Amino acid sequence: MPNEVLRRSAPFLKIEGLSKRYRDDLPPVFENINFRIDRGEFVCIIGHSGCGKSTILNVVAGLEEATSGVAVIDNKEITGPGLDRGVVFQNHSLLPWLTVEQNIAFAVRSRHPDWSRQKVAEHGARFLEMVGLKGASRKKPSELSGGMKQRVGIARAFAIEPQMLLMDEPFGALDALTRGVIQDELLKICAATRQTVFMITHDVDEAILLADKIMLMSNGPHARLAEIVVNTLPRERNRETIHHDPQFYRIRNHLVDFLVRRSKLIQAAGPATGEEAPVIATPGVESGAGGDAGPRAGRVKIVARGAGSPC
Amino acid sequence: MTKSLRLRGAVLSLAILAVFLLTWQIATTPAKTTAPSGADREYAELMGNSATGAALANGVPTPAQFASLAWKQLSDPFYDRGPNDKGIGVQLAYSLGRVALGYAIAALIAIPLGFFIGMSPLLYAALDPYIQLLKPISPLAWMPIALYTIKDSATSAIFVIFICSVWPMLINTAFGVAGVRKDWLNVARTLEVGPLRKAFLVILPAAAPTIITGMRISMGIAWLVIVAAEMLIGGTGIGYFVWNQWNNLSLGNVIFAVLMIGVIGMLLDSLFANLQKKVTYAE
Repeated sequence: MPNEVLRRSAPFLKIEGLSKRYRDDLPPVFENINFRIDRGEFVCIIGHSGCGKSTILNVVAGLEEATSGVAVIDNKEITGPGLDRGVVFQNHSLLPWLTVEQNIAFAVRSRHPDWSRQKVAEHGARFLEMVGLKGASRKKPSELSGGMKQRVGIARAFAIEPQMLLMDEPFGALDALTRGVIQDELLKICAATRQTVFMITHDVDEAILLADKIMLMSNGPHARLAEIVVNTLPRERNRETIHHDPQFYRIRNHLVDFLVRRSKLIQAAGPATGEEAPVIATPGVESGAGGDAGPRAGRVKIVARGAGSPC
Repeated sequence: MTKSLRLRGAVLSLAILAVFLLTWQIATTPAKTTAPSGADREYAELMGNSATGAALANGVPTPAQFASLAWKQLSDPFYDRGPNDKGIGVQLAYSLGRVALGYAIAALIAIPLGFFIGMSPLLYAALDPYIQLLKPISPLAWMPIALYTIKDSATSAIFVIFICSVWPMLINTAFGVAGVRKDWLNVARTLEVGPLRKAFLVILPAAAPTIITGMRISMGIAWLVIVAAEMLIGGTGIGYFVWNQWNNLSLGNVIFAVLMIGVIGMLLDSLFANLQKKVTYAE
């Protein structure tokens, strides 16, 4: 497929040989991380605390520097934060002295300094409506519930229309019910905008619901990207029916098995020697271990999506 | 509940005032009126008080005498009959003017400088020993140095106000700016917000409550210090007025001036309390 060749030659985000060491006398948190994200892909990263997930995301966001390795976005090396990447912070990080609409206007005006006040307000209102918070535009963040604050954070990130959305456990602090509602919204928005997303989560179900690819990290220190699980469930997923699909439990079991067992074993096996690539796994369509039909089926799905994405 | 608490508080306040006035009345009522001696009468006449009663000039006035004196002062606060006889309003205006000037200069220097110190850990480390050394010095200790170098007593008073109000503002601004949550700065960074916009739209509002607290402390100190400074430099101002009335042995006027110092100080503080309420945000 020519499309696949094109896509492989120029991934949107390319991470090569990334490692991070906070102190010289301590082992690296993670090392030799390599992965790619294509346009329109929704990628989740899962791993235990301390494996450096947040650090990787912060490197992509430009907020932190890696000890070695490069991160390239759209053929440009990442050297600092930028408006091409929207960040949804774990603790929403809204400016508490501004109202909801002022928070979003602050972001929009940063993106479009030449826009009129009215245009900024209209643009912001559209994204506020998208997350279902039109009625709360004049409230201060302190007057909102945790879920609403997080939605404002998402609206703010979407409002600058970034090429890539970075989310660091955006729903970690929310109760299960609210989390579900916002996940549904996010799914809808991403389907509509074909947003490229890189997201950290601790929640296996969330990853299966949202992601096209789920990256699994072994435990830190010496953490590495051990596996990339392709989500072979059809993309039109929804929370109410997803668990009826037989693939769902196969993927879920695979992920849980990794988290509770294999992540430790990989760490115990010793530091990465350098060149081993992460295993591409498609547990959803595999009948047994190492089935050959699986990976291909998984890739075909991604290609089909890639062809449809506006890039 | 809160309303009734406030009401009960007000009632208790009034009761305390009543007890205080009663005690004052009892303590100042003369057991028997003694005719003032010659020198005292002469002095009383000098003070223009011979008709209304010697108690006003010679001792602590009764509440009623004090009330009539206060009324007299307040009904014509801005008269000016020469260097030693100015209305209370004029004196307070002189003091407030000095405080305003010294304080404004201090704010103009301390807030921007505090901003830079807060932003730069290097500057913070470099200037911290000086700030720590200079901060505990009593502002009045600067007076001789100020008088010697500046030579002008009025400017020296302003300098003393400046030097006493600069530290709390400087320290609080630096502290507030250094303590701005990293998340908010990261938001600004990811939005590629320019340095000026970041300073005014992120750091300033984030640090504003701490900065205003510093300004409030500074204003309190400045108002304390101006009285002492004016006692030293003389000429005009509420501090000089107090000292002058003490030299006149006009305790009624001294008490009245002290009361006015309290009232003005309270008003200044509530001004900053309001300002503080405006910039405080709930997280």
